Amino acid sequence: MNLRVEEKTLLYRQCLRIRLVEEAIAERYVDGEMRCPVHLSIGQEGIAVAVCSNLERNDYVVSNHRGHAHYLAKGGDLKAMIAEIYGKATGCAKGIGGSMHLIDLAAGIQGCTPIVGSSIPLGVGVAFGVALKGETRVTALFFGDAAIEEGVFHESMNFASLHKLRVLFVCENNLYSVYTHLDSRQPSRELTRMAQAHKMEHHHLDGNDVESSCFRLSDIVASMRQEARPIFVQLDTYRWREHCGPHYDNHLGYRSEEEFLSWQERDPIDRLGRELKQSGIPDSFFSDLEQELVKEIGVAFEFAQRSPLPHKGQLGKYVYK
Amino acid sequence: MSTNKEAKPERILTFTEAIREAQVLVMERDDRVFIIGEGVPDPKGTFGTTIGLRERFGPTRVMDMPVSENGMTGILIGAALVGLRPIMTHQRMDFMTYSMEQLLNNAAKWHYMFGGQQSVPLVVRAVVGQGWGQGPQHSQNLHTLYAHIPGLKVVMPSTAYQAKGLLLAAVGDPNPVIFIEHRWLHGTKGAVPETYYELELGRAEVVSQGDDLTIVAHSLMALEARKVLSRLKDKGIGVDLIDLRTVKPLDQSTILTSVRKTRRLLVVDTAWRTYGLAAEIIASVVEQGVRLLSSPQRVTLPDHPVPSSHGLTRSYYPNSATIFRKANSMLENVIDSDDFEQDWAHLEHADIPDSSFTGPF
Ligand SMILES: Cc1ncc(C[n+]2csc(CCOP(=O)(O)OP(=O)(O)O)c2C)c(N)n1
Ligand SMILES: [Mg+2]
Repeated sequence: MNLRVEEKTLLYRQCLRIRLVEEAIAERYVDGEMRCPVHLSIGQEGIAVAVCSNLERNDYVVSNHRGHAHYLAKGGDLKAMIAEIYGKATGCAKGIGGSMHLIDLAAGIQGCTPIVGSSIPLGVGVAFGVALKGETRVTALFFGDAAIEEGVFHESMNFASLHKLRVLFVCENNLYSVYTHLDSRQPSRELTRMAQAHKMEHHHLDGNDVESSCFRLSDIVASMRQEARPIFVQLDTYRWREHCGPHYDNHLGYRSEEEFLSWQERDPIDRLGRELKQSGIPDSFFSDLEQELVKEIGVAFEFAQRSPLPHKGQLGKYVYK
Repeated sequence: MSTNKEAKPERILTFTEAIREAQVLVMERDDRVFIIGEGVPDPKGTFGTTIGLRERFGPTRVMDMPVSENGMTGILIGAALVGLRPIMTHQRMDFMTYSMEQLLNNAAKWHYMFGGQQSVPLVVRAVVGQGWGQGPQHSQNLHTLYAHIPGLKVVMPSTAYQAKGLLLAAVGDPNPVIFIEHRWLHGTKGAVPETYYELELGRAEVVSQGDDLTIVAHSLMALEARKVLSRLKDKGIGVDLIDLRTVKPLDQSTILTSVRKTRRLLVVDTAWRTYGLAAEIIASVVEQGVRLLSSPQRVTLPDHPVPSSHGLTRSYYPNSATIFRKANSMLENVIDSDDFEQDWAHLEHADIPDSSFTGPF
């Protein structure tokens, strides 16, 4: 893998930014002011960053309940996201959507929705619309390992493959659906075989190795731009905290501490950081960067907390256009 | 209220032709519009409503699709989000139950849940079957399910004129619209102007005016209700017949204005009784405190599925005779309906709209 050091520092910066935002959410969640479910991506940031660093601003992203990382990696507005989680009028969905309904059209983020599998055909449809209009932009579609158990996933792959749409199917395999392990939900087989069944090119990458997956994805996305077709990418990773909420939950016993620790050792951010240090990036870079990001995040939280709640007149305002 | 007296059309089209013409007109005008559905370009062309369209507009605007009703609904919602205006068709409304998730969670809510930033201009055409043994899973009237959902609009034309104007309005509407065609209407004929015209969604048509009784109906039942008007008029009974045209949004003000005048309300629905449209309309009138001369009544389907056997469907579906009898009972049976029993005899055997219908679908 040979990304240039500048490219690697950018990846590192993106990953760390998401990590720090999510940790700030977790830390302040207990204050009870963020009154909506939050699905944190801590531990999984590498996938969002590896994918989105290969997208242009006008490419599209469609995502799911665990969408903070995708939103931030694609360039979604940080202040508007935090304000949305606080239920404020200045949120990216005016406080109506909450954490599970992020959107930033200017950044190509068409929307995130939390019905498992439900956003998969939407992403394919966005790509279908793109094709019908004769455009060439790419749509990256993020979903988890449970979403592929929904029938609509197969309907969507069938259509995307039939019409050779530029959809990057990104399956984030973190092994769990809430507390249920993949082995209790699916027969053991390569997940990519489902893509193969729909005559789709597929790749299986290490989601915690940001550099190598970014490198591979740059070829994958480039070839999709060249030759219109959908491509399925499975990226393995692990969620550190509870499925929904700010806490760790290994004490519940649905997964072992051992398993958790083995994945924590494979922290995508630490790994990048170590490599950067080895290639001569000084310690001051890391401390300066963290300081800068903490400041940006502090400003975003301040903005969110100072923003007004939506006016009552908004309650039924958007039912119809 | 809209009476359409000013339109003086001479041209007669079938309901099918009116729908086809609406699609031609809107596709000529707006290249964002495309049509997609199972069998749309096939030789039968969705009961004739899409025949010849592919030849005219090409394969990227008139498309077949995989038998994936839910996935395809989501895909078309996605296409609508990036600026296209899909018209999706289902040969039976029963088939689109697969797409409930996409319609409820995504189409109906996209505009709301993202604070008005995007809307879903999707039209879903759905055909409701009746008779010729269609049975429990090929003839369900499911408009109530969709009308319950904030964010969806539900349109149910009863004439060729309405079909064209309402379909054009539906495609022009920025919201998701379910456009429901009763199979027995496809062969009906009526005057249809050649021009492009839209009939406002949420606006009922007052078909006739009178002081004694308000009948509210839609789709096939609005046609059946029309058939009782002259018999009642002959006996000096005046009826406000309100053809809803759209069941969501509901034109409550036209209904209320009428019932305040007639103080008698009969609602005829093409669907089941319990939790239905008729109940909603009656409740909304009662809620307004209108003092009625007789208790409000409804004519609906009984609360059980449709059987296939033509021996059983006879007594399942209401028709003009059912409506007449119910209206008469609300007027204290001022009319001796024995006079008409002879005329109605043929209805008792009707499992087809007319003799030209020979099945199979
Ligand atoms: C249709 C549907 N079923 C169930 C749920 C409840 N639910 C929310 S998230 C989730 C797990 C999804 O797992 P996965 O797709 O692997 O994503 P992850 O949470 O692991 O990122 C479930 C079952 C839901 N939101 N939607
Ligand atoms: Mg998972």
